Amino acid sequence: MAETVKDNQGQAPAGPPGGAPGPILGGKPRRVSPRLLGLGMALALAAMGLVSLASGHMPFSAREIFDILVAWLSGSGIDLPENRVMALVEVRLPRLMTALISGAALGLSGAVYQGLLLNPLADPYTLGVSSGAAFGASLVLMAAMFMPPEVISFGPLYPAIGAFVFSSLTLLLVIALASDADRRLSPTSLILSGVILSAILSAGLSFIKYLAGEQVSSIIFWLLGSFQAQTWANFGIVAGFFVPAFLICQASATDLNVMTLGFKSAETLGVNTRRVRLTLLAAASLAASASVAVAGIIGFVGLIVPHLCRLLTGPDHRSLLPLSALGGALLLLAADTAVRAFLPGEIPVGVLTALLAGPAFLVIFRRKMKELIQA
Amino acid sequence: MPDTPTLSIVNASFSHGPRKVVKELDLGFFPGRHYVMAGPNGAGKSTVLDLLSNLRKPDEGEILLRGLPLGAHGPAGLAKSIALAPQSSNFNFAFTVREVVSLGRKPHLGPFGRLGPGDRRAVDEALDRLHLGHLADKSVTGLSGGEAQRVVLARTLAQATPIVLLDEPTSNLDVAQALDFMETLRELAEGGALVVTVSHDLSLAATYAHEIVFMADGRLVAAGPRETTLTPELLTRVFEAEARVSPDDFTGGLTVSFRRAPRAGAQNPRP
Repeated sequence: MAETVKDNQGQAPAGPPGGAPGPILGGKPRRVSPRLLGLGMALALAAMGLVSLASGHMPFSAREIFDILVAWLSGSGIDLPENRVMALVEVRLPRLMTALISGAALGLSGAVYQGLLLNPLADPYTLGVSSGAAFGASLVLMAAMFMPPEVISFGPLYPAIGAFVFSSLTLLLVIALASDADRRLSPTSLILSGVILSAILSAGLSFIKYLAGEQVSSIIFWLLGSFQAQTWANFGIVAGFFVPAFLICQASATDLNVMTLGFKSAETLGVNTRRVRLTLLAAASLAASASVAVAGIIGFVGLIVPHLCRLLTGPDHRSLLPLSALGGALLLLAADTAVRAFLPGEIPVGVLTALLAGPAFLVIFRRKMKELIQA
Repeated sequence: MPDTPTLSIVNASFSHGPRKVVKELDLGFFPGRHYVMAGPNGAGKSTVLDLLSNLRKPDEGEILLRGLPLGAHGPAGLAKSIALAPQSSNFNFAFTVREVVSLGRKPHLGPFGRLGPGDRRAVDEALDRLHLGHLADKSVTGLSGGEAQRVVLARTLAQATPIVLLDEPTSNLDVAQALDFMETLRELAEGGALVVTVSHDLSLAATYAHEIVFMADGRLVAAGPRETTLTPELLTRVFEAEARVSPDDFTGGLTVSFRRAPRAGAQNPRP
C-alpha cells in the first residue's frame, strides 16, 4: 500500500492548497487507475485459484487441473482415478467457488454500507445484519440439540435458513427504528439502531450458548466461519443472491455517489434517497447474509477491502463496487487456501481474517484519527 | 415580464412539529429576475427554499412549477428544472473537486452516469466561473470553508437549470469572491434564469438583487423591486432595528445601514 503514504506535516487545514494533508483528507489524491487495479486483481485471482486447486492434502499439477476441468466442463471421460477427479470438482472446486463468491458478497456489501451510511468504517456488523444471522443460526443449531433426531434431520441448510430469516428481520427492525417522522433514514440513526440491536442479539446469543452447555462447540465453530465441506448448492445460494444484488447496486452507483453529498443535494439532483437506501440496504444485506448463511461469520472482509480500494482508486462507486467485490473474492480465497493447505490444523478462516485484517483496521483507524485531529 | 410566474407558492403553510414556520404564504417568481429573500433568523426563509425545491411538502396550499404542482413533474423532471445550493454540504469521501461538480450533471445522465462532451463542457464552465480550475484534481475533504462552498455553487451551476435556489451562498466567501458570485447570479438571471437567494447580506442584496422578498415570523412582509422594498420603514418593521437607506454612487446601488432601536421602541419603532 505504498500509495497511501501520509505526507501531512501538521499544516493548518485552512492554509494554502499545497499544504493540504494526505490522500484520505485532502491534497491531490494519488490514485491508481481502477482498470489497472481491476486487471491486477483479476490476474491475482486466477493465479490464486490455480494455487488453491493445486495445493492441499491431495496435490494436483497444473496440467492435471487443466485436463480435469476441461473434461468436466465438456462432459467427456478422463483417464484419471475417479477419487482424484471427484476430489477436485466436487470438493475443492465448490469450496473455492463458495469462498470466492462469499468474499465478493462481503466486499460488495461493505462498499455499499460504507457509501450509504457515509461512514468509511461501516460493514455488515454495523447494521446488526451479522449478529442477526449469527443469532438465527445458533437458535436453529440449539433447537436441533433438543429435538429427537426423527423430528429434525439435521442438515447444513437449517442454520443457513435461520441465519437468513433473522438477519432479514434484524434489518427490517433497524430500518423501522431508524425512520423518523418524515420517513427519512439518517445514517446516524441507522448505525445507532444497528448497534443497539446487535448488543441485544449478542446477549441472546450468549444465552443460547449457555443453554447449549457441553454442545456449545458446534455453535462456536459455526460462528467462527469456515468453508469446510462446501457444496455446489452452497455456491448456488450465495451466487443466487450476489449476482442480482451486484447488478442492482451497480445500476445505482451514481445515485450512491450523489447521496454522499447529503440529503438536500441528493434529492434536488433527482435521487429518491429513501428508495435507493432501502433497495441497496436490502440488496447488500441479502448478499451478506447469504454468505453468513453458508460460511458463518467472517469479519473484516467487508470492512477492509472497500476501504483499501477507496484509498487506491478513489470513492467513485461505479468502480468501487466491482473492485470491492473482486478484492473480497481475492482476500477470502487467499485466506481460505492458507487455512486449508498451508497452515497447521484447520483454523477457521474467520479467525485468520480477523487476525490479519484487525491490525490493518487499527492502522487505518489511527491514521484517520490523526488526520481528524490535525483538521 | 410574462404575467404568470414560473414558480409560485399558493397559500402555503408548513409546521415543524407544533411550530408553524411558514404561514399562508403567497408568492410568485418570474424568470429573468434575481430575488433575494431576507428577514431575521427564524423567519422561515430556508423552509421556503425547501418547499420550492420539493424537499418538504406544504401542510396546506401548494407549490406550482409552470402551473403544475411540483410532485407532478417527477424527481427527474424537477432536477432538470430546479437546482438548490444548500447552505452546508458535507463531504464524507475523498472525491476530487471535479468529480463533485460533475455530480451536478446527474439529472442529465443515463443510468450508468457517463459524462458526454456537453456534460464535460458544463463542468469546466462551472469550475471556471467559481475559479476552481487549479483545485479541480484536489480532494474535497481537504478544502477550506470558502473553497467547499464554491464547490457546492459550481455543482449547482453545472446542473444548468432554469431555476436556481441558493441558501446563504456567500456566507463563507471573502468580499471579492462574494461580489464575483453575485455578478454571476445576475448574469444568470439576465440570461433568462430565475434565481432565488436567501441572504443575510443586505448590502449585497441592495446592489445585486432585482427583487427583494422580506419575511418575518413565517409571513410575507413585502416583495417587489428593490427600489420599493428597501425603505427605512419596511426594514425597521422586518428587522426591528432603526434603518437608513441611501443611494450609493460608489456601487451604483443602495446602501443600507442599521442601528439598534431604543429598547422601549422595539415594538413600535418610530414616534
